[in-house]
Parts: sequence; structure tokens; C-alpha cells
Amino acid sequence: MNMQSKRPITAAEQGLVDSFVNRLGSLPGDQTITEIRDGYIEDIKRDGLPTRRIEAWHYTDLRSLLKTVPQDTGDTAGPVEPLVAGSNVLAVAAGQADDAVAADGIQISQYRDALSDGSARSRMAVHGADDVIGRLNGALTRDGFALDIADGVSLEKPLEIQMVQGGGQGHARFPVTIGAGAKGTFVERHVSVSDDSALVSSITDLKVGDNAEIVWVIAQERGLQDTHFGQINIELGAGATLTLFVANSGGELVRQEIHIRARGEGSELILRGVNLLGGQSHTDVTMTLDHLVPNCVSTETFRNVVFDRARGVFQGQIRVAQIAQKTDAQMACNTLLLSDDGEFSSKPELEIFADDVQCAHGATVADIDENHLFYLKSRGIGDKKARAMLVNAFIAEIVEELEDEALIEALEARFEEWLDHHG
Amino acid sequence: MLEIRNLHARIAEDGTEIIRGLNLTVGKGEVAAIMGPNGSGKSTLSYILAGREDYEVTEGDILYNGESILEMDTAERAAAGIFLAFQYPVEIPGVATMQFLKVAMNEQRKAHGEEELTTPDFIRQVREAAGALNIDMDMLKRPLNVGFSGGEKKRAEILQMSLLQPNLCVLDETDSGLDIDALKIVSDGVNALRSPDRAIVVITHYQRLLEHIVPDTVHVLYKGQVIKSGDKALALELENNGYSNIIKDAA
Repeated sequence: MNMQSKRPITAAEQGLVDSFVNRLGSLPGDQTITEIRDGYIEDIKRDGLPTRRIEAWHYTDLRSLLKTVPQDTGDTAGPVEPLVAGSNVLAVAAGQADDAVAADGIQISQYRDALSDGSARSRMAVHGADDVIGRLNGALTRDGFALDIADGVSLEKPLEIQMVQGGGQGHARFPVTIGAGAKGTFVERHVSVSDDSALVSSITDLKVGDNAEIVWVIAQERGLQDTHFGQINIELGAGATLTLFVANSGGELVRQEIHIRARGEGSELILRGVNLLGGQSHTDVTMTLDHLVPNCVSTETFRNVVFDRARGVFQGQIRVAQIAQKTDAQMACNTLLLSDDGEFSSKPELEIFADDVQCAHGATVADIDENHLFYLKSRGIGDKKARAMLVNAFIAEIVEELEDEALIEALEARFEEWLDHHG
Repeated sequence: MLEIRNLHARIAEDGTEIIRGLNLTVGKGEVAAIMGPNGSGKSTLSYILAGREDYEVTEGDILYNGESILEMDTAERAAAGIFLAFQYPVEIPGVATMQFLKVAMNEQRKAHGEEELTTPDFIRQVREAAGALNIDMDMLKRPLNVGFSGGEKKRAEILQMSLLQPNLCVLDETDSGLDIDALKIVSDGVNALRSPDRAIVVITHYQRLLEHIVPDTVHVLYKGQVIKSGDKALALELENNGYSNIIKDAA
């Protein structure tokens, strides 16, 4: 303990502590909530930000990567056009949730109310001492939305939860409960509206009811100066189907955690991800998946494209409990490394305690296939265009697994726009 | 149209010389067959004509319409009207066949300073060309060459050729992997492109294809050189007697 207290506090750690102190009067919460917040900031102060010596952060040494913490700039931010045209939008702009519009079978409330009356306390647990995103978000969250979709409800249009940020900090939480048999598409979208640097944390707690069929998209499109800490905690009910699509195309320092617990028999998880990495950015996607019951299927496929000096990380851990027989889990991480200075680290882990399961993982890293390139060029398609087509193709294979045409087009348009700027 | 002069070329990676002083002239309107045993350099020649970077030209020249193409890259050669029908067309997952055809046609039009095709015009042209080759439009909805049978791949090559209307067509072992019916369809597709303004180079191992695409000239390639040239009778002679006599004569 003495050793730890001697460790000098970094500028970023001090910045986080200061952010908390500066916000003390304005953060919603009763006595209990305030004590929980205070406890988390004390934890950060004591333990510091994680370094590569902490296994879960081995490839993302936060202590050295997070150099400073932006203070609020007073930038205003408002809702932006949704990813999929015609979606219903719930926006958290600069940390503040706008007035929620409810519809039949959908209950929406501002998370700040749950903080104010203390009922949010049950939502604020962290995954353990390594969960710096949980601590940070727990200490600093001002608002968010709580969503409750009733049993059997089918959403006609996608529902987009937006977290819009200018400069400065934004921290939000989104507890979402999907009722049994409910269906719908949700987009969790993270956007920047200014070039000022921002630090954002966002935690979603998604409880998918029995036999529900849900598509959940996380579209992270932050600015080139921004730090983004995302976490989604998922519980899958019996017979539920969740398609989770994670799309990172922005941010300077990004960590997206995905923690899934398959709790009901016969559930299916389809996790797909695209990471477009450019500039000097560092992007880390860390997944833990617990198969806790028998007869569940999960597939996880990530496609990464690395330009410039960007670095990417994928950590995928699948744990199959002893009783979770007949689990079928297939994980793949494929990277197109388009720059000699780029880097991608992939760390798959399988912990299997059951004896009758099918689990596999694979990782590939490659440049553009010269045979493919030659073929396209031999038809008169110039080098640049041909390369862009092949990069698009690499991503399209994953995107086109989605069934919703409007969603596919919206994601492909976003990716093409990004590639036009970086390719 | 095509004049290859004393061409020497090697594999860039390890320096192995494959083409060793090759001379060949193919005139406008001519259909030239290039035959030769395995390893004689037939496919290498087709790749070099298309500008594949795995090969290095160390000596000699390739003139196309009187101008050297050695400094042109693959896409520029294609835009100039050189087309290679691949022996093994490449499967490219994630690239839709129709999208590929449209991009290829429009990129070439752009290179010629022409307007891009409208979508209805494009679809109409593809429909017509596909119909002539007995290609189902459903096949073109799949990713490029992915899951195509051997015959479908070869037909797709000829489809591209008829849409792009090249001046110099190089067909590399287009007959391999084709049954008799498919061979007929593909040959008809090629014959439809015969024109006084166009030259066609047919690279093949067997005389079979030449019964359908009748050549004006036949050239025997051996160890990277043309060792004998003649008319279509030469192909028949090869079919009956094999390559050994000609090789012996040349040596």
C-alpha cells in the first residue's frame, strides 16, 4: 500500500479528480449516490489508471496513453441526423438528456431522475478493480436514458440513442430492458460536433428478455482528438437472439468493452464488428462472453482495417461454464493491415469447463491480395479505386450479414465516407 | 497491332528467366493461336502482356499499335484496349459482380473521356451480352466469381470481354474446365468479337478449342521462344504428332 501511495499521480488522473471536484455541486444524486461517486473517484486516485501490468489492459496502457483530460469548453451540442433515416432519436447532448418521447409499449425516463431519487444505486456496480470505465462513469455520469420495452412489442422504426459531444466531457448511462418476445433495432451512436477534444464515457446495460429478437448497433464516430470509453453489459434470456454490431470509425483513444452473459438456454448471439483505424489512433475492443447455460450459440467476427500509424486491439474471452454443454462459439478476427507503421494485436482466450462443446477462434492479418488487385486492374480499374473496392469488400462481407437493407446502406455509406477521407 | 520483339522476361522475385527472346507479330483482324507444352511460358506471356508486376522485362519490347506498353501499368493497358481472359478467374468475396462490371465499364469510359453509363443503359448492355452467353442474371447478383462453376467463370470472362470491347483480346487457356456445350457457347462468344479492327490471341494446350475458334496463324512456344509458326494445319500436326518432333527440329 505504501508503494502505491508513493506513485506520482499523472496529469490525467489529477484531471479526472478535478473534474469530479468541479462538478460536485451539479451532479445529480442523493446522499447514497454521492457516496458511491466519491468512492469511485477515490478508487481511481488510489489505484491510478491501469497500466500494461493489468492483464485486461495489457495492450492499452491507459496510464501512458491518456495524457490529459479536457475540461468543459461550454460547446453546445444538439441532436444530429440519425444513422438510419426515419429513426426515432433520443439524444444526450453534452451530457444532458433531452425530453424523451414515449410511445406505446416503450417507457423512457431520464437517468438523472434515477440518480436524484437514489434508485440508480443498483445500476452502479463495477466489474471489479480493473473496471476503470465503470468507476469513471459511476463517478461522473450526469444523465442518460432508461428504456423499458414491454413484452411482445415490435418497434416499427429503429430507435437511435445519440450521445452528442462537442469539446469537454460527457458521461452517460443507458439501462435498457427488452421484454419477452419484443423485437426491434437500436442504434447507440456516439458523435462529435466540434474539433475540440472530448472525453466521453458511456455505459449501456442491456437486458434482453426471453425469445426477444434484437439488433443493437454501436456506431462510434468520434472526432480525431477524442477519447471514448464505451461499455455494454448484456444479459441474454432464453431463446433470445441478439445481433450486436460494433462499428468504430473515429476517436483518438478508444476502448469499447463488451460483456455478455448468456443466461437463458437456446439463445443466439451474433456479434459483428468493423474497426476502421487511421492516423495515430488507438482503438481497443475487449469482449468477455460467459456461456452460463447449455445449448447456446454465439459467433463473433471482427474485421479491422488499419491505415497510417494506427493501432488496434481485440481481446476476446469466451468462458464456457461446466453446465453449459452443447455450446457452439466461433470467434474470428481478421485484419487488413495497409500500412507498415500500423499495428493490430489480437488476443483470443477460451476457457472451457464443459466437455461437449464446439469452440474455435482464428485470427488473420494480411495486406490486400495482389491477385485480387491485379484482376480488378486488368479490367481498367485504377490502382486507388481498385484498392478502395477491395477494402470495401472486406468490410461489406460482414455488414451484408445484417438483414435490414436500410441499416446496411447507412453503415456502408458511413464506412465509405470514412475511407474516402483516409484511404 | 501487337508486335513482340526479342522479349526476355523473368520472375521478379527469384530472377528465373521464363521468356527468352520471344518474337511474335499479330496483325489487325488476325486470330493467332499460341500453343506449347506445359512450362513453355504461355501463361507468363499473357500476364506480361497484361502488365503483371511479378514479372520483369529485361530485354526487348512489346509494341501495341506501334507504341511500347512496357511503361504502362495494368489498368492503363486495359483502358488502352488490352484484355486478358484469365485461365483461373479470381474469386473476390464482397465485390458484387454487377457493381464490378459497372465500375470497370465506367472507369474505361472515363479514361476515354466518355460520359459514365446511365444505370438503365448499363443494365440493358449486360442483359444483352449475358443472354448471348447463356448467363443467368441471377449469377451476376453473386459476388465476383464466388461459387461460380468452372464454366460459369469462363463465361463471365467472355461477358466482360464483350462488354469492354477491347482491341486486343488475350485468352489464356479459356477451354480448360469447359464441357463441350460450354466450349461451344464460349467459342461463339469469342467468334462474335472477331472483327477487322480487333486481334485475338488464343493461348491453348489443345487443338480442341481451335476447332471452334479457327485461327489464322499458329505459333509454337517452347522454353520462352516461338520455335515454329504456321497456319491452322500446324495445330492439327501438333494434335497428331505431339510437340517432340517440332522441338527436335528447332534444336
